[in-house]
Amino acid sequence: MKTALKFLLVSVVLAASSSFASGGAEVHLDRAPINLKDMASLQRGARTFINYCLNCHNAQFMRYSHLTQIGLTEQQIKDNLMFTTDKIGDTMVSALDPADAKDWLKSVPPDLTLSARVRGSDWLYTYMRGFYRDDASPTGWNNTVFKGVSMPHVLHDLQGTQAMVQVGEKHDHDGKMEPIMKLAIDRAGSMSAGEYDHNVADLVNYMTFMAEPARTQRTQLGVLVLFFLVIAFFVTLALKHEYWKDVK
Amino acid sequence: MTAIVLNQVDPKKRRFLIAASSVVGAGAAAAVAVPFVASMLPSARAVAAGAPVPVDLNKIEPGQLLTVEFRGAPHWVIKRTPEMVAQLDKHDALLADAKSDASKQPEYAKNPSRSLKPEILVLRGVCTHLGCSPTFRKEIGAADLGADWPGGFFCPCHQSKFDMSGRVFAGMPAPTNLSIPPYKFLSDTSLLIGDDSKGA
Amino acid sequence: MSNAPKPAIAPPIPGLVGDAIVWIDARFPLVKLYKEQVAEYYAPKNFNFWYYFGSLAMLVLVMQIVTGILLTMNYKPDAKFAFASVEYIMRDVPWGWLIRYMHSTGASLFFLVVYLHMMRGLMYGSYRKPRELLWIFGCMIYLALMAEAFFGYLLPWGQMSYWGAQVIINLFGAIPIVGEDLAVWIRGDFSISDATLNRFFAFHVIALPLVLLGLVAAHLVALHEVGSNNPDGIEINKTPDPKTGTPMDGIPFHPYYTVKDIFGVVVFLGVFSAIVFFAPEMGGYFLEAPNFIQADPLKTPEHIAPVWYFTPFYAMLRAVPSMFGSQFPGVAVMGAATMILFLLPWLDRGKVKSIRYRGPIYKRFLTAFVISFLVLGYLGVVPTTVWGQLSKGLPLIGGADVATIVARVLTVVYFAFFILMPWYTKVDKEKPEPERVTF
Repeated sequence: MKTALKFLLVSVVLAASSSFASGGAEVHLDRAPINLKDMASLQRGARTFINYCLNCHNAQFMRYSHLTQIGLTEQQIKDNLMFTTDKIGDTMVSALDPADAKDWLKSVPPDLTLSARVRGSDWLYTYMRGFYRDDASPTGWNNTVFKGVSMPHVLHDLQGTQAMVQVGEKHDHDGKMEPIMKLAIDRAGSMSAGEYDHNVADLVNYMTFMAEPARTQRTQLGVLVLFFLVIAFFVTLALKHEYWKDVK
Repeated sequence: MTAIVLNQVDPKKRRFLIAASSVVGAGAAAAVAVPFVASMLPSARAVAAGAPVPVDLNKIEPGQLLTVEFRGAPHWVIKRTPEMVAQLDKHDALLADAKSDASKQPEYAKNPSRSLKPEILVLRGVCTHLGCSPTFRKEIGAADLGADWPGGFFCPCHQSKFDMSGRVFAGMPAPTNLSIPPYKFLSDTSLLIGDDSKGA
Repeated sequence: MSNAPKPAIAPPIPGLVGDAIVWIDARFPLVKLYKEQVAEYYAPKNFNFWYYFGSLAMLVLVMQIVTGILLTMNYKPDAKFAFASVEYIMRDVPWGWLIRYMHSTGASLFFLVVYLHMMRGLMYGSYRKPRELLWIFGCMIYLALMAEAFFGYLLPWGQMSYWGAQVIINLFGAIPIVGEDLAVWIRGDFSISDATLNRFFAFHVIALPLVLLGLVAAHLVALHEVGSNNPDGIEINKTPDPKTGTPMDGIPFHPYYTVKDIFGVVVFLGVFSAIVFFAPEMGGYFLEAPNFIQADPLKTPEHIAPVWYFTPFYAMLRAVPSMFGSQFPGVAVMGAATMILFLLPWLDRGKVKSIRYRGPIYKRFLTAFVISFLVLGYLGVVPTTVWGQLSKGLPLIGGADVATIVARVLTVVYFAFFILMPWYTKVDKEKPEPERVTF
């Protein structure tokens, strides 16, 4: 009986540990350097998003007026960032007509308002840096985290183009040799690799903000609430102790 | 033998701790109530929908009224003829609030013509009595409104009468003149209802 | 009879408030109710950690109702607008994000608190005579809560909402003969649609909350009729004070348990706030990533699992192989796993109530039961391939998923706890109960 118990305890530990391990089979994601307090980064990201992504994608739940939360005035937003509408309260809708999109692109590009919550910031960061040329694909592009991606690399004039090249060999689980593949730039863009990474980091930072504009307010308020509850903890604990002195 | 022994009670300490807990509890209740109550205020969408409305004055013929919607209520822009402007100060004695002292308007519209430019009148088209929208009755001496009717607005709900600058006649159910929203001219031929801020 | 006012209990408070109480008391048993249910409701003095969760469940219920009402003011139960209206709440409604996170976190913590509350009942025999009906009301609350959570989960109209509801409703479709018609009747359409969303909204915001409130009232009335159990599982009414007639080991609920429960509320709110403000998605367990994509009837998410509080039962469902070409056995097992709780008062034949005086066999069965519930809960959120496959050489189960085999064993353990209970509680070597409660 004792051993049965031990077995079950082991299975709990196994269960708990495997829940961490189960993510391991997926593609490695680079960590996105997110900083929602960096207004300059958020503003650069918003510009990249509006100049590039918003040509085809919508952010239909995001109002331009919410950009005031990243340190912009309404006038700055109107002058520099609004191209498809002149009402500050409007949401970010692409100039691309969904019917045309179906014609030209075969499908309507997904809405991007919440993509940072659906995919995660790290995925976006890796994805936007993981495009490479692939002649086998219909668009001529492929991606390390999104096999058979249907979107072409929109930022290739900035990053340049990458190719998947073999840099060595290693043993796989069954002892066979398998190639180690790595991305390498084969035509330079207008940015250096470091500049491009920063640019994507800004974009992902902005998309993380856009997915949950209340996030900064949420965590700031949370600190206050927990601080208040710590005080309440001691006051109510003292009250309880005072009364429970009576109980023998 | 009961479980409660009350020989060590310090009533002062107890009162203090109850007071302290009550303060903490009241603070928590107030802090929770703020977001809950505030959530019923107009949302960002309502604010966006209530944005200022531009009006093209070229569309209005002299003596005509144009109704535009601003924040869900009818707002009127009237191009007054010189005759309409001229008769505005002829009936001050019949009005309840000729100088608009008790009525709602921006400071720049608190004058006899109740406007920035006398020939252009902007009004919130909602009766100050119970919220009906009055009708535009510009015909002087209309049969149903009496021979001395100088032209103006008539509320069908409770028969309040207003003159050609929205001022209420004495003895009407409506207590004050029709309100004037904030507005400004964007050019000679266009104005913006709902925003009177300086600059661009 | 005379119409003279009933003799009022002398107002303890002088002045206007006291007069008001006297006035009300002549017309409504205010002071009587207060005394019976609060100030002179004697509860055992030895409640421990496990006794916080009843009052906490009450707190969460109230929070869910208040935040739910506020959400209803901006939510649209329409397949075209539902998803957008949730994002509207999260972005455009002032403080809407806070109210929504409170409601989503509250749903999960409601189950956490209720599971701990039920665990308390199991450990200390709170379902035993004379508290059978109290336990049954509790089980009904648990069922109503599961229904409430299930209906509410469809409302955000995200991918997980849609496909989760799809799977659960199809469970009903597995019932022989009437199943298909039943599923269509529940949906009001041939697939989950606007009609389904609209009726789930009605169930979630009015039908089940009414049922829940009624059951909670019955649960409390029953509790105050029979009195609270305690960690020793002995009745404090058996040892009254000869002078006062009140239980010697009982203390008035107010102020002693009110101050204690208030302290518990503060600790609970600490946990609650930490989640709401710093981890509202709770790693994808409270709010799942695919649920930020609008429901798409043409595309199932890659990995679909119910919310964590349903997963023990979901794991059992998956573990049972289909028989005679029907899913029904799995559905029946899942249903039985919840319904068997109702029988507990009559399955337990031990002489003592509390685990403190139970014998070793009971303790091992209870431990195995708890572990099986937790591991099944884990297995319900992961794919069945999580632990790999057994080697093909094994007889009978060769090549099967390890997780499926473990889930089958644990399902048996879960049921064995109940089915063997009449036997092992009878033969177990119990310790004698004390006369009086111990701290």
